Amino acid sequence: MNDTEIRALLADVLAGIAPEADLATVGDDEDLRAALDLDSMDFMNLVIGLHQRTGIDIPEADVPKLFTLRGLTGYLAR
Amino acid sequence: MSDAVADFLMPSLGADMESAKVVEWLVKPGSRVKPGDVVAVVETHKGAIDVEIFLDGVIEDLAPLNQQLPVGALLAHVRGTGGGGTQAPAKAAAAPVQPAPVPSPPPPTAPLSGARGRVSPAARRRAEEAGIAADSLHGTGPDGAVTLADVELALSAGPKPAPAEPARAGRSGFDPAQMRQAIAAAMGRSKREIPHYYLGTTVDFHAAQTWLDGYNASRPPPERLLPAVLLLKATARALVQVPQLNGFHGKDGFSPGPGIHIGWAISLRGGGLVAPALHDVDRQELPALMTSLRDLVQRARTGGLRSSELTDPTITVTSLGERGADSVLGVIYPPQVAIVGFGRIVERPWVVAGNVAPRPLVTLSLAADHRASDGHLGGRLLAAIDEALQDPANL
Repeated sequence: MNDTEIRALLADVLAGIAPEADLATVGDDEDLRAALDLDSMDFMNLVIGLHQRTGIDIPEADVPKLFTLRGLTGYLAR
Repeated sequence: MSDAVADFLMPSLGADMESAKVVEWLVKPGSRVKPGDVVAVVETHKGAIDVEIFLDGVIEDLAPLNQQLPVGALLAHVRGTGGGGTQAPAKAAAAPVQPAPVPSPPPPTAPLSGARGRVSPAARRRAEEAGIAADSLHGTGPDGAVTLADVELALSAGPKPAPAEPARAGRSGFDPAQMRQAIAAAMGRSKREIPHYYLGTTVDFHAAQTWLDGYNASRPPPERLLPAVLLLKATARALVQVPQLNGFHGKDGFSPGPGIHIGWAISLRGGGLVAPALHDVDRQELPALMTSLRDLVQRARTGGLRSSELTDPTITVTSLGERGADSVLGVIYPPQVAIVGFGRIVERPWVVAGNVAPRPLVTLSLAADHRASDGHLGGRLLAAIDEALQDPANL
């Protein structure tokens, strides 16, 4: 997946978790949890959504790599 | 066959509800209903709630839709088919209710169509509210995506863009202003009437965190657990030992709850709070509890809580989560007699076997009703929660 596809996927998954969240307002290195007001349950649902849509396992130890847009797109692009 | 007719009344879905309107009947006049069936959807300040019936028979005389009706208003008649016992539904809400099987999550409320992709969800939502077609706007976001700012700009710019097709009829969410009033009323009553006492203690979360990390490490995302389920289960275990804090205060003093039904405080996006019940938490295995918790939070936010979930909580637990404050002193939700609070789990210096070591700690608190208990008993509850968290494998 390229960067655009990953962002579109993320926006899609987020729409079911935080409908008012607007990715366009989030900087690449901002913490998504703070920027979009996601609690631990929301973020877990986000990881589950990304896992289900991409088939990537995302081990628990890797979850912190997804806290920023840059980290998330980099991780899923591999 | 008995012809006894019972009244199905607008239930009271918590101390903070005065009225609601029926927005959908899920049965037709003449339908057969039995206890536990969801028969109607009512719109309250907590959003759309699925109302269960606790009568057995044939339902008729359905109240009209979209009229604001007070608690206790007649919603329908139920003609009994069995022994003819007529049971007031208002009372039925307090009767022990078996935990319903975990329902499949409701369909996503986000509008889905093939055309999406270049409109951010927030922008789409705002555009739908305003009745304009977001796709027709000029986008300034990444790759020309239409952002919330673009929609706001279009809305402020005068001539209306092309009207959208009528939005799919869906459950509308709660009204934040109404919910604020309702919270104010319930919490005002709590602070006026309930003589609160407060206790706090710091709990070493090391054993629980270590166990949790080990559990989650080998599991795919959908099977992982959050610390919240350990906190919930430990609280439920402790309440088995200290049942005097699990129940209700009424005219005749304290009455114990019919089970350990923990109201889990969920903050709603856009403001507001609801604390629906997780049923029989002491008897649920952790994975099942996690599934119930995810389902409950999802339904609290998208509509679809059941009436019993709002009336059944025997105690409330509030957890501030990973980005919250270090501690919380709760306000009791009447007629409950206690609320347990967990602050954020933080790494701090802690003395272990005579040495200072970094440890994940959580501040555990209790606010309880002095009419029902004293600090000594409250202290026993907190100690029992602490103890349960030190042995996570047995939760």
